[in-house]
Amino acid sequence: MIMIATLVFGGVLLLFVIWFVAMYNGLVTLRNIVKNAWAQIDVQLKRRHDLIPNLVETVKGYASHEKQTLENVTKARAAAVSAEGVGAQSQAEQMLSGALGRLMLVVEEYPDLKANQNFLALQEELTSTENKIGFARQAYNDSVTQYNIKIQSVPTNIVAGMFNFTEEDLFEVQDEAVREVPKVSFS
Amino acid sequence: MWEAIAANRRRSQLLIGLMGVILLTLGACIGMYAGTGIAGGPEYASSEAVLIGGGIGAAIALVIWLALWLTAVFQGDRILLRSAGAREMRDWDDRRLWNIVDEMTIASGLEHKPRVFLIENSDPNAFAVGRKPENAAVAVTSGLLRLLDRDELQGVVAHEIAHIRNLDIRFMTMASVLVAGVELISRGFLRGLAHSGGGGRRTGKSSKGGGLPLLIIVVVIAILSPIAVRLLYLACSRWRGYLADASAARFTRYPDGLASALEKMAVEAQGLGSEKAAGALAPLYIINPLQSMALSGLFSTHPPTENRVSILRSMGGRAGYVDYEAALKKVEGHKLRLSALEAAAREDESVEARGPSAEPKRKEKAIDRARKVNDLLDRFANYLILPCVCGIRIKVPPDLNRNEITCSRCDRVHPIPQAEKTAEPNGSVAEAASENDTLKYERRKEGWEGFRCACGQTIQLGPDFPLDYTVCVKCNRRIELKAGQQGTPEPVGQL
Repeated sequence: MIMIATLVFGGVLLLFVIWFVAMYNGLVTLRNIVKNAWAQIDVQLKRRHDLIPNLVETVKGYASHEKQTLENVTKARAAAVSAEGVGAQSQAEQMLSGALGRLMLVVEEYPDLKANQNFLALQEELTSTENKIGFARQAYNDSVTQYNIKIQSVPTNIVAGMFNFTEEDLFEVQDEAVREVPKVSFS
Repeated sequence: MWEAIAANRRRSQLLIGLMGVILLTLGACIGMYAGTGIAGGPEYASSEAVLIGGGIGAAIALVIWLALWLTAVFQGDRILLRSAGAREMRDWDDRRLWNIVDEMTIASGLEHKPRVFLIENSDPNAFAVGRKPENAAVAVTSGLLRLLDRDELQGVVAHEIAHIRNLDIRFMTMASVLVAGVELISRGFLRGLAHSGGGGRRTGKSSKGGGLPLLIIVVVIAILSPIAVRLLYLACSRWRGYLADASAARFTRYPDGLASALEKMAVEAQGLGSEKAAGALAPLYIINPLQSMALSGLFSTHPPTENRVSILRSMGGRAGYVDYEAALKKVEGHKLRLSALEAAAREDESVEARGPSAEPKRKEKAIDRARKVNDLLDRFANYLILPCVCGIRIKVPPDLNRNEITCSRCDRVHPIPQAEKTAEPNGSVAEAASENDTLKYERRKEGWEGFRCACGQTIQLGPDFPLDYTVCVKCNRRIELKAGQQGTPEPVGQL
């Protein structure tokens, strides 16, 4: 009798442990998804920084007397690369976006440049990088929403509380205008 | 989003299980019938013989299922891609496509970017393969790349990536293996039955098979089970299509892109032609290559394109699963009950769609378009169009009874392309052309071209004409086609 009771109790306990582990693992998976999504944003911002020197070189060959505009872009990029902290980086990225926008306006005046294969390729890369920044932000927000819902709702909130899973912030563009995608229009 | 994938998986397992039960039932029934037959007819058969027969039948069905499944698991992707004539692309082949696949990988939250394959085919279409998201691949035809702008291509790629992320490919592989297995067994049994004369001389000595009532039951099951599995398969591959569309809208935040791509593709799709669009491949394509618009009902693998377009178009500037479901309800009149889409919508909130991307539209010049249309009309009127090396295109009217024509600009003389008589074994080429001999024609290029049959009828060949022969509509002569030099369309004449 005691034997059976112990067995039943043991079985229930085992099930409970399995369930508990599953919840914990689910949370870990979600947290990793969130982390990856965040890393993607940084990867893409860095990629934009890497593209700019090429762009400047290509434009230089055709529009050498737009020296001032080109210099502004280079400077803004340097500032964005070296910026530290969310606030500073936000400002730097915004400056960079503005400078890029002006450069693209200037470029309109050079039909030869717009027919250049190299430039067209760069244009595709820049468009795509901007898209990627946008999509990375979107994927990050989606995963954070999921994660936060899990953390707040019963019964996962118990596990989350025990193992210190904390809510993540959404990536709001207004708050962190840093990561704002520049409105570069090629048309 | 992740809940939806889980829901999708649960439903898939249920359906796979159901199809498996049908397969085993079929095997067992045939086995029972054979068991009574071997025992020498129902009056001699003990219940053990029937049971053992049923067991063996089910076991054989299981073995067939496993064999097909293993082939699909270990060879499936390669077979599919090879039979579609796909080649893996490198990033420099098409930066736009490469980047879009990158973008959608990020947007969908996939950890691994799928490999990208190109198919040289003017028919615009795309499909995805791969059982696991880690080794999945997306294949796109060259026609699609030519036809779509950036937003549209993004929509199509998003749809394919959604198939990968929702684990649809794994399910469709499993399910199509089951469909194939059931069809194989049922067809084999019915054919064997027909050969042995309706169950008569099965073993040669016994005159009776398994007895008439049992025979009728088994035959009915053998006929119905392929239909049943096929319906199950199609029903869920249809809602998978909707779910992938909804995911595409969610990923791109731009439902109009996919909608406009689908419209363009439906107009351009002339069927992948030839054996390339084998039946098994059809559900994988974003637009069913075999499907005629009228036949889109119970038996179509993807939902009707018109419905898909109008759902995407009536999302009203929103792009979430909830918004897609609402639009679907408006268009179809009811919700998709018990589908993974419902599960996805339940845990998603409405999100705003974005505007079209800033990419400059690659506009075709009006004059080029007008010229294309004119050429097409001339072709319908059986004009031959010969591009001369000097740059103009000579249009030869169908009733011009000459073998050569002079270019009006540069005075070069061009022969009018004509199918030639194949040399007879005895070498009598000069013999008068009879009604049933074969002609041959060497193709000049890959694009549109026309030539004349020996009877004077003009024959036009489109780009990607798949066969190596054609038949003259006027004199019914068979004309063998030989591929000319590959590559770019070559103007006639010499510089």
